[in-house]
Amino acid sequence: MDDTKQIEPESFQTEDMIINVGPQHPSTHGVLRFVVRTDGEVIREATPDVGYLHRSIEKIGEKVTWHGYVPYTDRADYLAAMFANQGFCMAAERLGNVQVVRRGEFCRVIACELNRIASHLIAVGTFGQDIGAITPFIHALRERESINNLMEEICGARLTYNYLRIGGVGYDIKPETCDRITAFIDHFVPIVDEYNRLLSNNKIFVERLVNVAVITREDAMQYNIVGPNLRACGIQWDIRRDIPYSVYPELEFDVPVGTGEKGTLGDCFDRYMVRILEMIESCKILKQCLKMLPKGPVISKVPIRFRPPAGEAYSRVEAPRGDMGFYVTSDGTEYPYRVRIRTGSFTSMGLIGKLSRGIMLADLIALIASLDVDAPEIDR
Amino acid sequence: MDASDIYQRLTQQFAGDVSDFNGEALDPYFSVKASSIVTVCTYLRDESDLNFEVLSDLTALDLPKENKFQVVYHLYSYPHHHQSVLKVDLPREEARIVTVEGVWKAANWLEREVFDLFGIFFEGHSDLRRIMLPEDWVGHPLRKDYVEQEEYDGISTQREPLVPGVLR
Repeated sequence: MDDTKQIEPESFQTEDMIINVGPQHPSTHGVLRFVVRTDGEVIREATPDVGYLHRSIEKIGEKVTWHGYVPYTDRADYLAAMFANQGFCMAAERLGNVQVVRRGEFCRVIACELNRIASHLIAVGTFGQDIGAITPFIHALRERESINNLMEEICGARLTYNYLRIGGVGYDIKPETCDRITAFIDHFVPIVDEYNRLLSNNKIFVERLVNVAVITREDAMQYNIVGPNLRACGIQWDIRRDIPYSVYPELEFDVPVGTGEKGTLGDCFDRYMVRILEMIESCKILKQCLKMLPKGPVISKVPIRFRPPAGEAYSRVEAPRGDMGFYVTSDGTEYPYRVRIRTGSFTSMGLIGKLSRGIMLADLIALIASLDVDAPEIDR
Repeated sequence: MDASDIYQRLTQQFAGDVSDFNGEALDPYFSVKASSIVTVCTYLRDESDLNFEVLSDLTALDLPKENKFQVVYHLYSYPHHHQSVLKVDLPREEARIVTVEGVWKAANWLEREVFDLFGIFFEGHSDLRRIMLPEDWVGHPLRKDYVEQEEYDGISTQREPLVPGVLR
């Protein structure tokens, strides 16, 4: 056919598309929005838009008393409320020079490590769900439910615990609760193998994650990536071990790091695997704590009208989403002068814009899930 | 290296730009002149025995009694396990400082947050927009003299306190 029109190459050119992801997309783990510019399936740039869950927790800190602020810190990261409690209490104790009683410290560590397992279960479960595997999520929530029951026994709440007090903890852990925690650990450690069968060794799951969105050591330092995401880059850094607080120096545990076992060091799979390994380490810590749990009071004497001397303190705790910093300033009154909460998710989000360039749209979901960002913790 | 050694190093290198070392504070800190923050930070990052690779936190304090803002930098070095706290005083009416985004990329978002909630302007920042609040929000909530607007987009922001006397 000689009248066939020659198609000109220019008409094949593609246009960039702007796609909106969120704020109610289930993979965004809360209320979090991305404006994605794509060329077909390939992302040119993903711009995070945060702030939907901003509840001005820092401003509230200036309005309530020192003791009264502890329940508000729960809401900073509601998947890991215990750590925010601990971060704030530690900063207040440093300022007021309050010694925490020994049993109180152990109760704190027990509660925190249970909370870490619960938080990592959500991270691992929703990771599977985002990739398209619903079953592991249900299995993870089943185990988390047992932890919620234990938490309810310990402090009466299942999500926002308000368990820690300045100077110790609110309630003692009863011997029968200790038995139930031991029973849970014995039940849980074999369950991790189940996750390995369901997810970690699942070919479809692994191939979605290996070599995707690799974080290099330089990026991790420049963007201040912390916690499991940092360790996934092969950097062995854990606040519990390297800037010790509470009774962690007396406990033995390993700091798992990414190895790049399936692909590249610092890819999505490493970030997933570090969390699985950390759950086992938390179980080790729990067992030791239950064995070492001393007798005595759980809270030291702290005045109700707590007025720490003027000054400032910065405390760091190793939360499930990394280094959680509380920068607390006192002017000597009953109210904090300023409370600043520095969270791991916030700095991780800053890196997503860079990591998303050139990856597929579906990989963006894997990337968000692998960083385990938590919208309330970003926005505070 | 402890905080006073770090401060000694900096006074030798940048005489006059760093001052007011407070070694008695729980986290010892010192002041840096606003104009030299980038050179001091670059020096702290690049010297091999200081090696502050990480900007842990960047925030601000509002001190209306002294009529100033303080921008606070928490630095940490993973290899050396030491930390350093830098403070920069800015006058309240002319709150401007050069960005440290070129030294640590993490400063991008942290400075945006300070800009949003304190209204401190970071010169040379690549993307200085509000981050937590909507673009058309009036005022900077973490300032001590902040007064909440009565309504936003036709929605009232006022309410009676649930427990009288609890909020101040």
